[in-house]
Amino acid sequence: MKGAEAILKALEREGVNVVFGHPGGAIMPVYDALYDSPIKHVLVRHEQAGAHAADAYYRASGKVGVAFATSGPGATNLVTGLATAMMDSSAVVAITGNVPLGLIGTDAFQEADVYGITGPVTKHNYLVKDVNDLPRIIKEAFHIASTGRPGPVLIDVPKDIQQQEFDASFDVELDLPGYKPTVIGHAGQIKKAAEAILQAKKPVLMVGGGGQVAAAEIMEFVEHSNIPVITTLMGIGAYPAGAENALGMPGMHGTVTANRAITNCDLLIGAGLRFDDRVTGRISRFAPNATVVHIDIDPAEISKLVKAHVPVVGDLRDVLPRLQDKLEHLEIDDWWQQLNAWKAQYPERYKKDKPLVSQEVIEMFREATGGDCVVTTEVGQHQMFAARLFPTSHPRTFLTSGGLGTMGFGLPAAIGAAFARPGEPVVCIAGDGSVQMNIQELATIYKHQLPIVIAITNNGVLGMVRQWQEMFHAKRYSEVYLADSNPDFAKLAEAYGLDGYNIFDRKEAARLIPEVLAKGKPAVMNFLVYEAEKVFPMVPAGAGVDQMLLGDQEPEEAVAEESV
Amino acid sequence: MSIHKHVVSVTVRDRPGVLVRIAGLFARRGFNIESLSVAQSEASGISRTTFVVAGEDDTLEQVEKQLQKLVNVIKVVDHTGAAFVDRELMLLKVSVNTPEDRVEIRQIAQDFRARIVDVHRDVLIFEVTGDEGKMNAFIESMQPFGIIELVRTGRIAMTRSAADPKVKSRTAKVRAA
Repeated sequence: MKGAEAILKALEREGVNVVFGHPGGAIMPVYDALYDSPIKHVLVRHEQAGAHAADAYYRASGKVGVAFATSGPGATNLVTGLATAMMDSSAVVAITGNVPLGLIGTDAFQEADVYGITGPVTKHNYLVKDVNDLPRIIKEAFHIASTGRPGPVLIDVPKDIQQQEFDASFDVELDLPGYKPTVIGHAGQIKKAAEAILQAKKPVLMVGGGGQVAAAEIMEFVEHSNIPVITTLMGIGAYPAGAENALGMPGMHGTVTANRAITNCDLLIGAGLRFDDRVTGRISRFAPNATVVHIDIDPAEISKLVKAHVPVVGDLRDVLPRLQDKLEHLEIDDWWQQLNAWKAQYPERYKKDKPLVSQEVIEMFREATGGDCVVTTEVGQHQMFAARLFPTSHPRTFLTSGGLGTMGFGLPAAIGAAFARPGEPVVCIAGDGSVQMNIQELATIYKHQLPIVIAITNNGVLGMVRQWQEMFHAKRYSEVYLADSNPDFAKLAEAYGLDGYNIFDRKEAARLIPEVLAKGKPAVMNFLVYEAEKVFPMVPAGAGVDQMLLGDQEPEEAVAEESV
Repeated sequence: MSIHKHVVSVTVRDRPGVLVRIAGLFARRGFNIESLSVAQSEASGISRTTFVVAGEDDTLEQVEKQLQKLVNVIKVVDHTGAAFVDRELMLLKVSVNTPEDRVEIRQIAQDFRARIVDVHRDVLIFEVTGDEGKMNAFIESMQPFGIIELVRTGRIAMTRSAADPKVKSRTAKVRAA
């Protein structure tokens, strides 16, 4: 069998049934073999979108996402997608073609040092030099991508290796002596953690992206212990946002309650997270009175930023139930009273005394779907509004680029999600800036008639940058204005064969959103919203999470006092 | 925050690109690699690299954990704080201007147990092994005569006894965490 056929056979054996990719010269043998393969290929219109779709496929399903690209520009176009997957710990296997072995290093046509370029943005990568290694390398790639802390793995395959005939054997052993993720938590550390939790009067559990695999365990742990729960942007859905013990999102645009809980708690359990700077704010002001229990599968995250008093390395699915066994229902009524008072005092609020605002549009989508859908977002203000007003209640259903903050993620992510969860509606919350970064994928959505509704909250500016310029750069609005040259998004959608709507006011929005969703057809809904809306609360960069600017979230009584 | 010099041994699989990944990690965290040596180890297919780097202790701990995460890295040992022996090899070419100089140079070389490996009318080449202090002292002694060229291999290091329970390499801590 040829190398290219072996690649597809090996993918089949890994249970792959869909691949996102774009062909080109150096990967043509693989595409030739694809012609006879049962694996479904989704032709994206830009390789970056292929990487994001594969990434989202994993996030939405838990199955490794696969992307194909050709050498040189095809492979370099993957880089943003790989970096996005790396930062958010998403299992992706990317397979790229390269020029024939003999031409590598000669600056051949469409040659780039893909192995060198992708090293820093992958969990591991391979350059295949012997066709006989292919079955083992592919097996290893899937193993590495999906175990321990997940991440992207790239396999670069020179064209002559793809064409070479060999006796393929797929019963190969992994050869990874340096790779042994710690899954089982250390009993002594779990005991220490339990002792610390039992002593605490004001404990809080903060769940990150690692929680997406352990939603059932988290639910049981919380029900058993009565502990309050904060979910980070990446942890949305790992614990239901509307549940009684939920305090919302922490950090720069977190809820008042979550940030106050962090500031005032005496014990913080960080579960499956890495204490990103957008979550912690200034580290010295982060949970200053707390004993920190940090549970993560990656030892390198422990005490990287926030010092862990009790580190536990392991998989949440192992650690949480064992920790729970050592705990009882915590008697923390005073703490809950305080938390509930904050919750009551600081509900989500925004002002409607102006044109349509992004928040109401996003809330209308939540109401229309009942939260029963997959949400993907682009990056910017709308992303934060979505995280706060449209957090889903199930794991693997809120897909957003958290770590890298990649504009252009949401639209192709919706494609990946639609293939990962067939039949489920997908809503992509976007801005007029970021939606244009992978807008070409409307063609892919059209071709496969995916049930994706793209909601553009169109304020005519790069909203988040504009917000920072207004607040921190003396209103010097430098290069954020888009409205004078935005396309007519409804017409653009129609040009791609999709339904398109331009929506200018509340009434129309309220009428159309349920109507369009009910059709189950791909559509672009372009909502013209208020330009100067800002995301509040906000912790300015470099400040502590206790130093929130409340803006619209200020309780009305306090605003009244101020104006006296 | 204290900046220390660290001698770090990294046992790696002999695979292309592994050195680039390790060097990249040091660079990304702002470590200056003072010296680096790579060669085959006692096991086939396994190489041992020894780095001398200067940086903050906390940061180095993070770098070690990140190194440990690399798939082709088998083991990371920071020798700092443990009992270890280290050596490097140097070749040094010195100019010989007068017969008196020749006598004096040879005398100094003898004190340092440096071997003469090449002799010309006006040039001598020495081979010296030892730790960093000895290297530096030898260079200083030769300076007045005129050093023409100097090549050093970079340090290699080994913990004194693996069985000694008092010897605590950083690896143990990384694993336990």
